Amino acid sequence: MELEKIFQDKIDNDSKIEPKDWMPDKYRQTLIRQISQHAHSEIVGMLPEGNWISRAPSLRRKATLIAKVQDEAGHGLYLYSAAETLGISRDEMIAQLHSGKAKYSSIFNYPTLTWADMGAIGWLVDGAAIINQIPLTRCSHGPYSRAMIRICKEESFHQRQGFEILLTLSKGSNEQKAMCQDAINRWWWPSMMMFGPNDDVSPHTAQSMKWKIKRFSNDELRQRFVDMCAEQIKFLGMTIPDPDLKWNESKGHHDFGPINWDEFWSVVGGNGPCNKERLEARIKAQEEGAWVREAAAAYAEKRKNRNTLKVA
Amino acid sequence: MQRLFRKIYYGDYGDKETGGNLHAASSSVSSESNWPLWEVFIRSKQGLDHKHVGSLHAADAQMAIENARDVYTRRQEGISIWVVESKYIHASNPDEAQSLYDPANDKVYRHPTFYELPEELKHM
Repeated sequence: MELEKIFQDKIDNDSKIEPKDWMPDKYRQTLIRQISQHAHSEIVGMLPEGNWISRAPSLRRKATLIAKVQDEAGHGLYLYSAAETLGISRDEMIAQLHSGKAKYSSIFNYPTLTWADMGAIGWLVDGAAIINQIPLTRCSHGPYSRAMIRICKEESFHQRQGFEILLTLSKGSNEQKAMCQDAINRWWWPSMMMFGPNDDVSPHTAQSMKWKIKRFSNDELRQRFVDMCAEQIKFLGMTIPDPDLKWNESKGHHDFGPINWDEFWSVVGGNGPCNKERLEARIKAQEEGAWVREAAAAYAEKRKNRNTLKVA
Repeated sequence: MQRLFRKIYYGDYGDKETGGNLHAASSSVSSESNWPLWEVFIRSKQGLDHKHVGSLHAADAQMAIENARDVYTRRQEGISIWVVESKYIHASNPDEAQSLYDPANDKVYRHPTFYELPEELKHM
């Protein structure tokens, strides 16, 4: 098929696919799903950290945490905008999130129990996100790749902010050190799960790679993450909660222990500690904000009519 | 009245749900509000021209500018913001770039390097 060939040639030449270009239905569908779920993740991701804004230990910590959460809102916007170019509306996407039909990254279904969680999230969760997102800056879809470039620029302070929090705690009192290690213990394995199932049980990977939506496999990215964190944690004097974590000289990478996939699928399926709470918060925000949206539309309409009358 | 259908499949979310057909254009009426889409252009303090940074939905121009400031200028200072409703932007087709710009391709004499002058000649 001629159109299909032109499309695949563009991809093979590393040209971008733009909104008006022809694309296979499945390519469009895959991207709508991936981009919208990415956008949902950013918005829902504001909730676990928003939890600690009112209890940050200093003004500087509060200001930087607010800035990070603001950034996540912006990231959600860039991604919703990119998804809308594929022919879905914002209202539809929000409805899918609220009905449970669309998913978001299941890392955000875990609770933030202490201030140290802010550090662990910045270091581990944003760290994993960055590893995932940098290859996406070169994905074949123009709007998605440009959104990712903007997001990656903003993301780097997020990880530094988190690590700085843990570094400060690691040099503090015994209680602070214990709190730091406890947060790492609780966020390590869920962060490892952020890269998705092993390659051999990910059926979509091959097609996504052919279409250059995905540039590296789940296991490759997860390995990168482990190698990076194993070095960084040395600065904290803490340990990664994996007794099997060990440098493998012949492979040039760290070996690591097994992931609890039962937990992964259970949380993805809706049974994580905070799934219900996260969705309720989003639905509540949408419903309680309705009057603002209505008022803005009514005001705009009123002003437009007033101007029309003036001209008449 | 003609109805336009655009098929959108949602296939295998988590491999468990089935796809559904929805007829939807991106400008379909939402239940509460019908905010148009705006494109945002920003010139930074050191910049010479406005650059396209992205888009957003807003009820009117004033709201679009305020939201553009909140979303697209968190790291810039002394800026100018332009917002234009997306429907007013007309664009050339990138696929026709070759033929559209062809007339310029063979006019190398528009470039300064085309002209050979003695090296000793100054200030030119």
